[in-house]
This record gives sequence, structure tokens and C-alpha cells, in this order.
Amino acid sequence: MHSARVAKPILDIQGLTKTYPGGLVALQPTDLVIRKGEIFALLGPNGAGKTTLIGLVCGLVRPSGGAVHAFGLDMATDWRAARARIGLVPQELSVDMFEQVGRAVAYSRELFGLAPDPAHIERLLRSLALWDKRGERIQALSGGMKRRVLIAKALAHEPELLFLDEPTAGVDVELRRDMWQLISGLRGQGVTIILTTHYIEEAEEMADRIGVIDQGELKLVEDKRALMDRLGRTEARIALTAPLAAVPASLSAFPLTLAEEGRVLCFRGAGDGGGEEGIAALVKRLVGAGIDFTGLEVRQSSLEDIFVDLIGRRPAEEPA
Amino acid sequence: MTRFNARGAMVIYRFELARTWRTLFESIASPVLTTSLYFLVFGSAIGGSIQTIGGVPYAAFIVPGLLMLTILAESVANASIGIYLPRFTGTVYEVLSAPVGVPEMLLGYVGAAATKSLILAAIILATARLFVDYSILHPLLAAGFIVMIAVTFSLLGFIIGCWANGFEKLTVVPMLVITPLSFLGGTFYSIAMLPKPWRSVTLANPIVYLVNGLRWTFYGKADVPFAASAALTFGFLVICVTVIAWIFKTGWRLRS
Repeated sequence: MHSARVAKPILDIQGLTKTYPGGLVALQPTDLVIRKGEIFALLGPNGAGKTTLIGLVCGLVRPSGGAVHAFGLDMATDWRAARARIGLVPQELSVDMFEQVGRAVAYSRELFGLAPDPAHIERLLRSLALWDKRGERIQALSGGMKRRVLIAKALAHEPELLFLDEPTAGVDVELRRDMWQLISGLRGQGVTIILTTHYIEEAEEMADRIGVIDQGELKLVEDKRALMDRLGRTEARIALTAPLAAVPASLSAFPLTLAEEGRVLCFRGAGDGGGEEGIAALVKRLVGAGIDFTGLEVRQSSLEDIFVDLIGRRPAEEPA
Repeated sequence: MTRFNARGAMVIYRFELARTWRTLFESIASPVLTTSLYFLVFGSAIGGSIQTIGGVPYAAFIVPGLLMLTILAESVANASIGIYLPRFTGTVYEVLSAPVGVPEMLLGYVGAAATKSLILAAIILATARLFVDYSILHPLLAAGFIVMIAVTFSLLGFIIGCWANGFEKLTVVPMLVITPLSFLGGTFYSIAMLPKPWRSVTLANPIVYLVNGLRWTFYGKADVPFAASAALTFGFLVICVTVIAWIFKTGWRLRS
């Protein structure tokens, strides 16, 4: 009967913008729709406006214009009801160092208006490997543990929408893997996740969709797969037994160039699925034409290359 | 939950009071020691040569003023550190992103600071008993007036805690405004004892009205009418609430 019903987006941002009193435009007018259940990665260099965007939605930054609806609720008027369903893990390790882990997490649940639920807090602390530390003061924990406490605090009120601002900044490689597992686990429980990162690897590993932001402007929003297919490339370097003076006419259908005085044949194909097939076809043709080769190296371009193409520099660099 | 997050307000209130328990000894020992010193110096040493003011023994005369000094100082100090600390450490992000608005924050932060002041007021009154035998003529009015002062100056402390952008600034207003005005506010003397021009000048000091208002509830006599004291205090309370409402409306110092 309700066949035409379309699911409302969990977060709907329209024309959201922030200009600071000094005139700095931290966020240009931005539209963004987040789907229920997805992991959305906001990717950009330091100072791009990622934290501003999160702050605007979560109530830490006052918008200069635009509207935000979460769960269909207008955040300007129904902010109490909306915020009760949103969790935020900040980038800084901002937590009361003298408080005990268990109490700090229980506090957050009540702050968001929910009745105490020791069973939920226990499950949460166990899932974050914090249960044994529940009686310890937060100052006694390692940096990675402190970040887990912040995550536990953000999850204490069972939010449907979770913001993670640079969840792995300053976290070593091993802990980063743990964090990724944890985040996928949350998605498995139905939590919609928006994370910011300046690590391409993180967005590539975790996200369903990626938004690239730079200098306050959301440059693009796309499905990760589609983005990689559209902008990614497949490259191959074929080391020839005997150097060639020019690319043979029989191979003119392939995107080929010669390098290293004709000793290496370079293939540079589009990433839209044709890349690897193109290399396979090329190899058969080479064999057929009797062109012998000693090595073959294939490389897919990563999100990082895509990023450099888009904004003209690597994400970890400061804006010029 | 769309109107008022009572649980959120309560948990802030409990957390802030718990912070007091963590430093229980310092919280209580310092004001009790200070007040005891005042009683020793002014009540016993100097009071011996003054005898009575307006029929009230000098040691008893200074009790309401000393109580007022403690309430003003403690209310401002507790409320200002209560909101400044989370701003300073960054933990304020959680309250700002929570379903918590002006009423919840005021009940939590200001309510806890005022409660602590009231607990201290009771301790000071008990301490004073050790030094001097005093009685309270209008106990209900005294209690009501003390509560109003504690709330008003906790609100002022909250404003100072929002305004301060360094630990030094937290102590500027108490040191440069409240302490001098308290000493000149008739805690240790009656305005009638001052020479002519200073009697009128002193009436411009708001703390004169607070000290005398409380003194009237104790002994039924004071330098200014109680109605003036009550009206002035209430007026200041309204001003503080207005400033705080403006802080939240504009996000000043709390939201960027």
C-alpha cells in the first residue's frame, strides 16, 4: 500500500555554512545527505573544515546559515530530541582525568537523559576491553585506552548516529586496526557512522561513501567503489627482453608508452573495470606478436592518488 | 524528550557536588579557618574594646557579615571553576552536544555551587557558636535571604567562569571587586560609625545592603531597610539570569 514510501535520510544537511566573526569561511554552503546504516568518511587535510562540519551538526559550533535535520527532526528547534540520539567522539582526548572509567561512562548516559543501565554499561565496557579498568582513574590509562573511554561515553546513550572525529589520529598502527574493527562492529549493530580522517587508508578501508573536503568546500561525495572505479587507474610496467624503438602498430589500440630507452612498456588504463582486462588482452597480444618480456608489474592507483588529483596535494600536507 | 532533561540536570548537579567531596578537606578547612581567625582577631581582641554596636555585642555583630563574606567568596569561586574547568580541559564538548539547555546547565552547575555555599554557611554558623553566643531573630527570612544570595552569586560565578580565558582571570573579580567591597561593606562596623561624607559614599556599595540585610534578619536592626536589601539582591539576580540567557543565546565563550 505504501509502495512509494522512501526512507528518510538519517541526516539531511542543507546549505549549512559557517563564517567566523573574523571573516574566515570555515565551511562554504554545504549540502549532504547521510543514509541510515552507512559509514561515511569525510576526508580532507588538516584545517579543511571537517571538525567544523561535525561541530555544526552536534551543537558545538553555531551555524551562520543553513539547516540540519536529523531523524527528520529540525536541529534548530527539536535539538533536545535529536541530540539525545546522536553520539560524538571528539578528536582531542577531552575527558575528566580524575574520574573513574565506569562512573564517567555512566555519567554520559544520564546526561543524555536516559535512566541508569548498569547492564548496558557493562556490555559496553567489555566490548571495548575497558571492563577491567572500570575502577581506575582515567589519567592512569594509555592514550589508546582514553580514546576507548571517549567512545564508550559517546555510546553510553545508545545513539543511532555516531560522529567520530579523527578516531585514529595519533594512534599506532596496531590500535588503528583495532579501531577499524570496532567501527565495523558498530555498523553491524545498526549504528550510522560519520567519521573524519586525513588518512586515505582509513577511508579506503572503512567507508561505504566518501566525501572529500578541502578549504571549507565539500568537493565531492561518492560511493567509495564508484569513486575508485571512476577516478582510479590500472598501471602496468612490462620489462622487455629487447628494447623497442617505437610502440608497434599492432599494439596501437592499447594506451601504451615506452620508457627507459624502449626497455619498458608502460600501460596506463582507466580504472572503470577495463584496466585489468586490458592488461590481460595486451599480454596475449604480446605473446602472439612474439614480443618477449622478462617481468610484469601491475599497480592499482589508490584513493591517495585520486585525492592528489582532486585537490592538488596529499591530504597530510598543510594547505598552502 | 523535547522539553526539559531533568536527568541530565541532576547528573551534572551530582557530578559537581562529587567534585567537592573529592576535595572535602580543602573545601571546608579553609573557610572555617579564615572565619575562626576573624573571630579571634576582631571578635576577641578588638571586640573587647568596642563592647556593643546598637545594643548587639561586637562579636555577635560581626557574625552575619562574616557569614556573608564566606557565601559571596565561595559561591563565586565554586560556580566559576565549575564551568571554567570543563571549558579549559575541553570536556565541555559533551555538555554542549547533549540534550542539555540553559535550565539544565543552571540547575546543574549553579545549583551545585549554591548548595556547596549553603553547606559551608551552616558550618560557619556552627563554628561561630564556638566563639560567641548569638541568636537569629527571623530564622526563616535569614535562611531565605542566604539562599537567594548563594544562588545570585553562583550565577555571577558562572558568568565569570564563562568570561575567563585564563586561571588568573578567575580570581580577578573576587580579588579586585568582591573582597574590597566586602571589607568596606559594614561587616566589621556600622555605617553610623563613619565620618559624614563616607557614610553616603558607602551606601553606593551593594555589599552594604547584603550584610545589613542579613544582620537585620539576625538582630532586627540594620543600617538600611531590609526591603531595600531584598529588592537589590533580587534585582542583581535578575541581571545575572539575563546575562546568562544572553550567553546561551549568542553562544558567547561556549560555542564558537
